[in-house]
Amino acid sequence: MISRFYDVIIQTVCRLLIPFIQVFGLYVIAHGHSSPGGGFQGGVILGASFILLCLSHDLQELRKRMPLKMILLFCSLGVMIYAGLGFLCLLLGGDYLDYGKLHLLFPVNEIQSRSIGIFGIEVGVGITVMAVMVSIFLNLAAPEAEN
Amino acid sequence: MIWQIDLIFLAFVLICAIASIMVKDLLSSAIIFGAYSFLMCLLWSEMGAVDVAFTEASVGAGVSTVFFIVAILKMTRRSKD
Amino acid sequence: MKAIALIVVCLAGGLLVYGTVDMPDWGDPTSPASLHVSPRYIEKTVDETAVPNMVTSVLADYRGYDTLGETTVIFTAGIACLLLLRGMKK
Repeated sequence: MISRFYDVIIQTVCRLLIPFIQVFGLYVIAHGHSSPGGGFQGGVILGASFILLCLSHDLQELRKRMPLKMILLFCSLGVMIYAGLGFLCLLLGGDYLDYGKLHLLFPVNEIQSRSIGIFGIEVGVGITVMAVMVSIFLNLAAPEAEN
Repeated sequence: MIWQIDLIFLAFVLICAIASIMVKDLLSSAIIFGAYSFLMCLLWSEMGAVDVAFTEASVGAGVSTVFFIVAILKMTRRSKD
Repeated sequence: MKAIALIVVCLAGGLLVYGTVDMPDWGDPTSPASLHVSPRYIEKTVDETAVPNMVTSVLADYRGYDTLGETTVIFTAGIACLLLLRGMKK
């Protein structure tokens, strides 16, 4: 469906725009502590930047930047980060997902370690959402001859 | 919350919701649904729920519209050949 | 047939609108939701988690299990799409 479509304006504008969109997505994930946003929204913005790359260039460009195995790896990596952080708290002697115990690993007090734990799971949610959005789009858009 | 702006947004949301199910063409229906999502995002941000508005703007108006359009293109291509 | 469907839809919509009459007003300070748990979160969030954004702290810390389930749902949706669409292409 999506084949090479030679349009200089669209390709140039998208190539200039995509890095800014990705930096904004990372900002939304990292700054979710003190402003609206968080893992889900930032992950969707990151995934949308990859979808824009696929729409403005072609499918092979996206395959080159992000192979299918990497997408599947990212899908499960985010959930693993989230659940693994919970099990880490369990191993450190707290309850499941009780980030207060993370102060044994980092040089901060118990309250700030909760902030670090929240950041960790936001990153996990962001990775999963980004990979799932790209994966659904690729599965929908790929022509039948491939894969 | 200013009730005049609220009323205008609500009226547009209703118009978009009815139009997106009345329109025959699937592609225009998907586009109108994206406009509906964006108006809901404006309504929510006007009511003070900024996080929900952000999610609606990125998921509802951005990615889900792309998914709808890709699915529609896929369907029409299949029916032709 | 279309008229019957319209009547049923209007009846269901009217029932739903009638149901919202009993709900508390928007931003009502005396509603149960803003009397019971909300003041606890508003007062204690910064002291307990050092996160200024209350929504993030409620989503990720106080209700961490919910967000874990949500992430699992998204992951499952992605895997289901992959299996369905890949299986169709054979």
